[in-house]
Amino acid sequence: MEHNVVIAGFGGQGVMLIGELLAHAGMDEGKEVTWMPSYGPEQRGGTANCSVVIADEPIASPVLTNPQAAIIFNVQSFDKFEPVIEHEGLLILDSTLVEKKSARSDLDVVYIPATDIAQKLGSSKYTNMVLLGAYLGKVAPITMESVYGALPIFLTGKKTDLIEINKRALQAGVDFVSKK
Amino acid sequence: MAEEMKVIYERPTSWANKITHYCPGCTHGVAHRLIAELVDEMGLIDKTIGVWPVGCAVFGYNYFNFDSVEAAHGRAPAMATGIKVTNPDNFVFAYQGDGDLASIGMAEIVHAAARGWPITVIFINNGNFGMTGGQMAPTTLLGQKTTTSPLGRTPQVNGFPIRLSEMLATLDGPAYIARVSLDSPVNIRKAKSAFRKAFNAQVRGIGFSLVECLSTCPTNWKLTPVESMERIRKEVIPYFPLGEFKVVEGVL
Amino acid sequence: MSSKVLMKGAEALAEGAIQAGCRYYFGYPITPQNETPEYMSRRLPEVGGRFVQAESELAAINMLYGAACTGVRAMVSSSSPGISLMQEGISYISGSNVPCVVMNAMRGGPGLGNIAPAQGDYLQAVKGGGNGDYKRIVLAPSSIQEGVDLFVDAFELAEKYRMVVMVIVDGLIGQMMEPVEFKTQVDVSTRKPPEWAVSGRHGRDHANIITSLTLDAVELEKWNLAHQAVYAEVEKVESRIEEYQMEDADYAIIAYGTMARIAKTTVRLARAKGIKLGLLRPITVWPFPAKQMQAYVGKLKGALTVELAYRQLFEDVRLTLCDKMPLGWYGRGGGIVPGPQEVLTAFEEQFGKGR
Repeated sequence: MEHNVVIAGFGGQGVMLIGELLAHAGMDEGKEVTWMPSYGPEQRGGTANCSVVIADEPIASPVLTNPQAAIIFNVQSFDKFEPVIEHEGLLILDSTLVEKKSARSDLDVVYIPATDIAQKLGSSKYTNMVLLGAYLGKVAPITMESVYGALPIFLTGKKTDLIEINKRALQAGVDFVSKK
Repeated sequence: MAEEMKVIYERPTSWANKITHYCPGCTHGVAHRLIAELVDEMGLIDKTIGVWPVGCAVFGYNYFNFDSVEAAHGRAPAMATGIKVTNPDNFVFAYQGDGDLASIGMAEIVHAAARGWPITVIFINNGNFGMTGGQMAPTTLLGQKTTTSPLGRTPQVNGFPIRLSEMLATLDGPAYIARVSLDSPVNIRKAKSAFRKAFNAQVRGIGFSLVECLSTCPTNWKLTPVESMERIRKEVIPYFPLGEFKVVEGVL
Repeated sequence: MSSKVLMKGAEALAEGAIQAGCRYYFGYPITPQNETPEYMSRRLPEVGGRFVQAESELAAINMLYGAACTGVRAMVSSSSPGISLMQEGISYISGSNVPCVVMNAMRGGPGLGNIAPAQGDYLQAVKGGGNGDYKRIVLAPSSIQEGVDLFVDAFELAEKYRMVVMVIVDGLIGQMMEPVEFKTQVDVSTRKPPEWAVSGRHGRDHANIITSLTLDAVELEKWNLAHQAVYAEVEKVESRIEEYQMEDADYAIIAYGTMARIAKTTVRLARAKGIKLGLLRPITVWPFPAKQMQAYVGKLKGALTVELAYRQLFEDVRLTLCDKMPLGWYGRGGGIVPGPQEVLTAFEEQFGKGR
């Protein structure tokens, strides 16, 4: 079984970080994982994206031409990735920031006001976790416990205090998709 | 009476018993001998690694009894840096001509000097590319005829000669920078004193050292050995003045 | 919990080199491998080694030359344009039998090109580069773990044959993250300099000299003949290949490195469609695993070479299998990385539906 996802937005939105979190959590569960960033001039200020693959078997290609799922943080990334998501794949987008609607009828699209939800939790900084929560609620390639378990790798020192609020943000994303 | 005879001159232990390939009147042999004498006097033969250039001294390693490597053209300071990094207790010197050091190897020598790590460079300035047949070097004097400046070097066509020692002395890295001449017994004695200070700068761990040696090239200058020595005094020293350009505290 | 750690390729490969005993690293900044020197600058002092940022790739390779002459395990890494500058040094090092390791994170070219993944330096790595008749062993890992494991072999092969060993990866392997396990730690703390090394005589009864200069033509020909014999031995015993799903294969894709990894997914896609496709992946691109490939002559109906370059790997495939089976080729350049489906489409276009 292989799950793969593209996560895309602006640099600074925590796009790369939730990809790494997902990869770490997958590794801790004993799965095969790859995390591949877009890199180059675009990583300095422009759009940023990463591809994560989680699988039971050794992963062949880390390059995703047609990802099973996409988590989208901005309009540019919507335009870039919405057309290439695999047939009947999953699109999760922050509807607070992206006002567009997908024209594809085959996709399972989640319009989640992730920034609004994050702000209600205290800060738009948690938007990325809300979106990741929505993905995990839909696909569940790994358990929430593994994701929670990997949070301390990224939240160290003074940021240790933020582990709880990040868990709540993840859970808010899960809740949003499960009540549908 | 034989047992009372005093040895006043002999072959240094670190100098191999070989005939060099240098031309009559060339001062490479003098510079080599000074190295060998000091390696002996300072007890460095077991610790010395020589790094040889591309140029007339390309076979320099054949003439000594200590370990040596042969560098690519201009890269001797980089190679010496690599050796010194792995073996900081060794005595590591690079021997370079003016084409090697001041032309193709300019980046390597400037950065080795700027790093200031304790390696020693003996720099032979004879105003041309000797081995390849006397072409113009960065040190060729204005007006000097070479095989690639047949009408004489002009600033308009060829730019100006580079005074390496003065230039490197502007850097904070070097511990000792001097220019000497190998044209006469008195200047050779002064040269040995400069070599000793340069070697000491490394042995005492103080920093980078370089001695520029004004040298002859009778074959390409098309002069006799004696005329070559006179040319150094009359034409070369006025443009490349002798002296110590940098001596940090502790170098002696 | 396994002992695996999630690391970026460029850093994992650096740690792999250190675990393999590398203690000296020389480098100059160039994308996409800057994480390697950055990592080395942090990590080498912790293990008693030294990192030196050189003033240029020319200086870096010659610092490596000097360091390796003393018999230590040392390396440089760079990316395509920087590796081009190092070719002079690689030739000299090869010409004086000094073992060391050079890593190239290949990027799009020619010229400044770009910083995207590519394999356009294949011919430079396996055939050309510097002047003269020399060879270097070229290892081409296709995953971070394999790269880490191969670094141990890289230093051992370099010392065994007193050759330069080149590890070629690309920006993709350098930038991606994968779990990696450091299985082998080579202890170099008690190593003594080998007998050929230049490290000061210290009582030795002769001086050691390391040079690539042999002016006498007869002597230099002898040197060349002796080294041709070494290269023949390396070709005989050191070539390596991964054979993936080849047991019943009718067709093969031939690819290495990142491209081979992507082609593995192509093989799975093809198998799902009933096409008996397999993968032949050279792990050593020099020596080229020619014998292993020739074993499939008579068994395969054809082979498609796929690379991130224009008919470079394909040259070696043709030398190996020319006239023995139908050969096809597909490649992308400029830093474009084709996906698995694109490769399958190329296969089907050239070999029909594989039946």
